[in-house]
Amino acid sequence: MSKTQAKEPFMRIAKRDQASFGKKFTVRAVAIVLALVVDAIFIFSVTGLNPLKVYGVMFQGSFGNSVRFSWMLRDLVTLLCISVALAPAFKMRFWNIGAEGQVLIGGLATALVMVEFGNSLPTPLLFLVMVVSSIVAGGIWGFLPAFFKANWNTNETLFTLMMNYVATSLVASATDIMRGTASSLGKLNMSTQAGWMPMFLGQRYNVNILVVLILTILMYLYLKFSKQGYELSVVGESENTARYAGINVKRVTIRTMIISGAICGLAGFLIVSGKDQTIATTSAGGQGFTAIIVAWLAKFNTFYMALISFLLVFLSRGAAEIASTYDLNDFSSSIIEGIILFFILGSEFFINYRVIFRGSESKEVAQ
Amino acid sequence: MEYAVQLRHITKTFGAQVIANNDVSMDIRKGEILAVLGENGSGKTTLMNMIAGIYFPDSGEIIVDGQQVEIASPKDAFALGIGMVHQHFKLVDVFTALENIALGLDSDQKFDLKQVRAKAEKICQRYGFELDLDQKVYEMSVSQKQTLEIVKVLYRDVNILILDEPTAVLTPQETEKLFDVIRNMKKDDKSVVIITHKLHEVLEISDRVAILRKGEYIDTVETKDATESSLTEMMVGKKVELDIRRSERKDLVKRLEVRHLTVKNIEGRAVLDDASFDLYGGEILGVAGISGNGQKELLEAIAGLQKTEENSSVKFYEKGKEETAVELIGRTTKQIRDIGVHMAFVPEDRLGMGLVGSMGMTGNMMLKTFHNGRGINLDFKNPRQKAETVKEELEVLTPSLNTPVSRLSGGNVQKVLVGREISEEPTVLMMAYAVRGLDINTSYTIYNLLDDEKKKGVAVLYVGEDLDVLIDMCDRILVLCDGKVNGIVEARDTTKEEVGLLMTNLREDGERDE
Repeated sequence: MSKTQAKEPFMRIAKRDQASFGKKFTVRAVAIVLALVVDAIFIFSVTGLNPLKVYGVMFQGSFGNSVRFSWMLRDLVTLLCISVALAPAFKMRFWNIGAEGQVLIGGLATALVMVEFGNSLPTPLLFLVMVVSSIVAGGIWGFLPAFFKANWNTNETLFTLMMNYVATSLVASATDIMRGTASSLGKLNMSTQAGWMPMFLGQRYNVNILVVLILTILMYLYLKFSKQGYELSVVGESENTARYAGINVKRVTIRTMIISGAICGLAGFLIVSGKDQTIATTSAGGQGFTAIIVAWLAKFNTFYMALISFLLVFLSRGAAEIASTYDLNDFSSSIIEGIILFFILGSEFFINYRVIFRGSESKEVAQ
Repeated sequence: MEYAVQLRHITKTFGAQVIANNDVSMDIRKGEILAVLGENGSGKTTLMNMIAGIYFPDSGEIIVDGQQVEIASPKDAFALGIGMVHQHFKLVDVFTALENIALGLDSDQKFDLKQVRAKAEKICQRYGFELDLDQKVYEMSVSQKQTLEIVKVLYRDVNILILDEPTAVLTPQETEKLFDVIRNMKKDDKSVVIITHKLHEVLEISDRVAILRKGEYIDTVETKDATESSLTEMMVGKKVELDIRRSERKDLVKRLEVRHLTVKNIEGRAVLDDASFDLYGGEILGVAGISGNGQKELLEAIAGLQKTEENSSVKFYEKGKEETAVELIGRTTKQIRDIGVHMAFVPEDRLGMGLVGSMGMTGNMMLKTFHNGRGINLDFKNPRQKAETVKEELEVLTPSLNTPVSRLSGGNVQKVLVGREISEEPTVLMMAYAVRGLDINTSYTIYNLLDDEKKKGVAVLYVGEDLDVLIDMCDRILVLCDGKVNGIVEARDTTKEEVGLLMTNLREDGERDE
């Protein structure tokens, strides 16, 4: 029998009990400060610029003047809308990776209606048709993976992901057809502005802000107080419990994904009618994926989603501002953004776990 | 006295609040059978896991053969001659017994199955194991798997064998066989540690008993000086009445008439095979059987959660409507509830089926009733009141009604579940493994609750695993074997051995009494 020489491991990881609010706040604050420090080192060593000045410029990106501020709000609500759409699906533990496609297909439906009926329908009716068709299109994109999952237990992650490519391809061919001989599609109905979101407080996208604000509140209430919201949380927690409670798991799965897809579709409508007035394969701009991070970090609370959307939009606008002011390329600003995100996501680990180093035993026990 | 293992001031915590072991010092002697006794959550498994290298202590010393050692992994433990058989088996299903044993070879050893077989056969012979080395694990019974686990550990030349709750899944006969093997190991001068909470087994097999309570080490006593009540007192910290209350049956009214109930699993095998019996209000009908012999399917089929085969029938006689039986088969859980059947069901998997772990007591109280009432919004008021009542009457310890129930202790989780089910004033009450993992006091609370329900005229169907409890508490015991009803016996007249035999030996069809 050999005598083991193993020492206490250098580092161990132990699960934390529920961290208090103060603790969570501290961990996150430390994470942001650390991120800024690492960013500062990066900025200085690569560009030789004064990091504090760079951070100032970054701040200007969102708060420099009222126009920038309102652009920031516009981008914020787009992201928030998609995150809100994902909330019920994710709360049901249905990994909807297909928001990008659901948004695109909703946007495409809107654009097609604008082009087809822009000059024939009266404005209120035109908008009604645009909204309904975007919701239906998004709803179908949500329904399909849910239907297959409910009946044949297909993998929803792969299914929703593949649906993204279908949507992107449909948009690509539709834009190709619509632009005809022109080099690019340009704004739709440029001359008549039919189907363009009406001006509200001086901006078209202010309607978007209003709509998303209402949606956020409604979704919060739906998840927290409605019977359907209760059902989908039970299904998400355990399908067996749901069956035991007499909940029709299939129906809830499909219904929830239709809702999720429909709101994504509506986000597509808001993008096309209220923001871009056109459609392209890049209309969703990857926000369908960013929204997953938002929904996840917010633990499906729609008000936290607003906060996190703000943080992300603030970062990306700030990064773009830095790039243009100092004539840096996009990559450096992306790195700055990435470092901050890395620290914020990484801080979740320290909220759930603590790390024990060799020799710190007595101190830990005494606590 | 020679010591195999000595523990000195061992402390282990999980998080800031959970102290699994606090300053535990105890010894394991060479060539003894030591029982480590304690309630669930007393830290006995955690303590042994530290000897086996699964956990690392926060502080304290482990001394093996007089040498202080650091055991950072199971590999270190094996090198010191320490092996542990865990409660949940760690076997590769598609491998044969022999291949599973070979998994224990070190990476620098030659993969020579012949040699492995020779050594494994020698071990089986020496200690009296019955093991077919060429059988695949998925074809094995629980007891065979356990035998394999023990052989697997012995193959690595251990001198100290730790068994975690080894009898939990065995019939009385299989337990006897295991004890014989353990005695053989002792004769061979090996130390055997048995983690358990079953008192009569402690008294039967062990030389000494070490008692833990809430993570603290209480004492080690010689088994020959101990009695069931003295051990319980040390384990619980106060005197406990160990008799289960059983009222006489009276006013029996038929509540359930189960006929030819058959459930097939995904492969088409009948896991519940043509079960027929009656259940009366005012009695407790126990269901005994080795786990996985159709108990789960039986209850779930009655509750409308299982697909049943043709000819299956479950007739339900609601209180006050004894003339009109309701057929439950063919209806979903919700339909059964909607036609006014009052049936309560406490499933085996509390947090995975009976409750929603992430929700508080209030959220869980409405699990079966949230559909009721008009409107699209939930009614929080009634569930909150119900939660208050359950909390008060069953003395549930929870920081608040909204604290996720998954964060409560096992006993409190079960109280929430049982409380909700009983509060519906059921006509039929079904329970599966209602006291699994609970401390003695909570277990007795549940036993008494069941007796109260029975006195109220409720028909109770109780699936249990502890035969002593079943025999002391129930009026009749239905024994399942291989999915079939292998006999229904009067609990007051039967013995553990009779029930044990019915659990393992399927009788010829003609003999079965209905």
